[in-house]
Amino acid sequence: MIAGISIYEILTVTSILFFIGVYGFITRKNLISILMSIELILNASVINFVVINKYLYPDLLQGVFFSIFIIAVAAAETALAVAIIINLYRQIASVEVKDTETMKY
Amino acid sequence: MNFTYIILIPLIPLVSFLLLGIFNKKIKPGISGYIGVAGLSTSAALSFYTAYTYFFTIGKVDGVYQTFVEKITWMNFTDTLAIDMGILIDPISVMMLVVVSTISLMVHIYSRGYMKGDDGYTRFFAFLGLFSFSMFGLVLATNLFQIYIFWELVGVSSFLLIGYYYTKSSAVAAAKKAFIVTRFADLGFLIGILIIGYYTGTYDFETLNNPEGSTILNWASSSFMGLSIITWALILIFMGGAGKSAMFPLHIWLPDAMEGPTPVSALIHAATMVVAGVYLVARLFPMYYFVEDGFALNIVAYVGAFSSLFAAIIAITQTDIKRVLAFSTMSQLGYMMLALGVSGYDGHEGVGYMASMFHLFTHAMFKALLFLGAGSVIHAVHSNYLKDMGSLRKYMPITNITFLVAALAISGVFPLSGFWSKDEILVAAFEHNKLIYFVGIFVAGLTAFYMFRLYFGIFWGKNTTYKHTPHESPISMTFPLMILAFISIFSGFIPFSELITPDKAGFEAHLNIPLAIVATIIGLIGIGLAYIFYKKENDLADRFSNAFGIFYKWTFNKFYFDEIYLFVTKKIIFNRIAGPIARFDKKVVDGTMEGIGNKTVVISKKIKGIQSGKVQDYALSFIAGAVVLALVFIYLWTN
Repeated sequence: MIAGISIYEILTVTSILFFIGVYGFITRKNLISILMSIELILNASVINFVVINKYLYPDLLQGVFFSIFIIAVAAAETALAVAIIINLYRQIASVEVKDTETMKY
Repeated sequence: MNFTYIILIPLIPLVSFLLLGIFNKKIKPGISGYIGVAGLSTSAALSFYTAYTYFFTIGKVDGVYQTFVEKITWMNFTDTLAIDMGILIDPISVMMLVVVSTISLMVHIYSRGYMKGDDGYTRFFAFLGLFSFSMFGLVLATNLFQIYIFWELVGVSSFLLIGYYYTKSSAVAAAKKAFIVTRFADLGFLIGILIIGYYTGTYDFETLNNPEGSTILNWASSSFMGLSIITWALILIFMGGAGKSAMFPLHIWLPDAMEGPTPVSALIHAATMVVAGVYLVARLFPMYYFVEDGFALNIVAYVGAFSSLFAAIIAITQTDIKRVLAFSTMSQLGYMMLALGVSGYDGHEGVGYMASMFHLFTHAMFKALLFLGAGSVIHAVHSNYLKDMGSLRKYMPITNITFLVAALAISGVFPLSGFWSKDEILVAAFEHNKLIYFVGIFVAGLTAFYMFRLYFGIFWGKNTTYKHTPHESPISMTFPLMILAFISIFSGFIPFSELITPDKAGFEAHLNIPLAIVATIIGLIGIGLAYIFYKKENDLADRFSNAFGIFYKWTFNKFYFDEIYLFVTKKIIFNRIAGPIARFDKKVVDGTMEGIGNKTVVISKKIKGIQSGKVQDYALSFIAGAVVLALVFIYLWTN
């Protein structure tokens, strides 16, 4: 139990965080910002894992382990995404989403 | 007796056709002529040998001529219904073999002279080979379907040969007309065949024609619109025969078919192919005679009689010599049909059938001779029209004599072949149906008249001055003329009544002296009138045609039958029926399908923007969907 804080308050915060991420993912024009928004979405879910684990099974650690997995995968993912973005920048000198449309063809 | 070798008779012309057709340009024209003549000579020799063996070596067994069949099953439809391919040897098929091979050989020899120097010389002989093959196949067919196959093959060879001068638009039109009209008639033939196959379970001539067979005994078992279904089938089959034999009202193609080279007219449109219709009725004669007491046979008789009269009247006024002969052919074919129509079956009753086959034989000879003679004249004068001819007897003695022989033969002058066969027809008609007899005797007079109008117009009459002095044709052309003239004179003495009768038993024929005298007198009157009108140049004929006025004009324009057909097909069928149907097809049927296609294209163009490839757009729709689903579930759970 986290003293003084109910699960609803934490879940409210993570929901807000999640929707900020979603909003950012949809509206940002910059690839880096989109990437950051994805991080927000991931972090919101990571916090949910930890909190729900804490409230449901306080003596078990699966939720915490899972959040660590997610962080590791997210780190790898971010590295990959940043590598792609850098390569893209070298090609078209821009990280704007609208400039990447030529890749469609 | 083994008749398998007869298969060679059609196969040799087929080989010649393939050889000349495939190596068309590689063969020197002279050689291709020899190949054609050599092939046909072999076929003709085999045919004569067959006829001799069949009629005289084997002869009658138990008083009747035997039927020999050699066949293989070609296609199985059901356990009982199959199409066979084979050869059928009986008196009429043997006689037809002789007719076809003789005429075809004569025409081959003649064409070597007539077609000399023509561009398509080899092609011409190739087509002649194809035609001979098909005609032999037709004659030897063992069943209805086989005869139908070869029937169409002769149709297509006729089409090819009429359209031989394919650069001439009139020839192309004539070829198309001949093909379409006969095809239309063959539609009836095909339906008839299918009906026969459905109701009797066999196509085989022997089974169908057996007087004790189930088809003939059970004709009344099924009926349709007041007639036996078998009668309907026979009427439809006769429609096919009428188309091929240019019977009224399907005759319109025959005069136009004269656009083909003259030897073709002699071979196909006078002597052999056009008698296929007569042959077909004769082939199925027991069925025609026994089913429904000969109802279908009566139709044959009246159609034949009417066509014969109709064509003879038109022939009087035509000025194109080949067209006169074409109408004469039609008239004589009508004669054969009416003879079949008034025939009985047993013994002396079968005189009409015998007479029809007899006339088929003699007519083939003298009509081919007339056409080849006309070809010789056209070859010399370079015109088809009577007005460009006259006094040719001075320049072309052999043609003159042979043409005269043929004209006398067709007019029925004693003792030439036409006299005997025509007399038998008139005897048959007299014994059976007086009305048809009077039509026949009147037509005999008309025949003599128009034939001698032609003869006097070409070889006597006015003294025409020619640009190039006409000269007698080369020996390759006059030789067939002489042979055919010889046959035309003496073939009347062949004892047909002994050889070819419906019951195959033969009977003793007697010359019916009073009828023969009447017919001869009528014929002589016709000749006499033609002599007065046309022997010397005079204006009697013009005065007469003016006196008849409107009737003459009608006749000259063939009673406007071409125009009527054109009106019916173009104005009524094309514009009123086919046009709307075509528009319906284009607008509604095609329109629906094309509309569906077009709408799909339009819609997909509109919605293809959705698939932009932008992840953010997808994410937006994904989230919107998720939100909507969430709301729906919340709504459902809370209620």
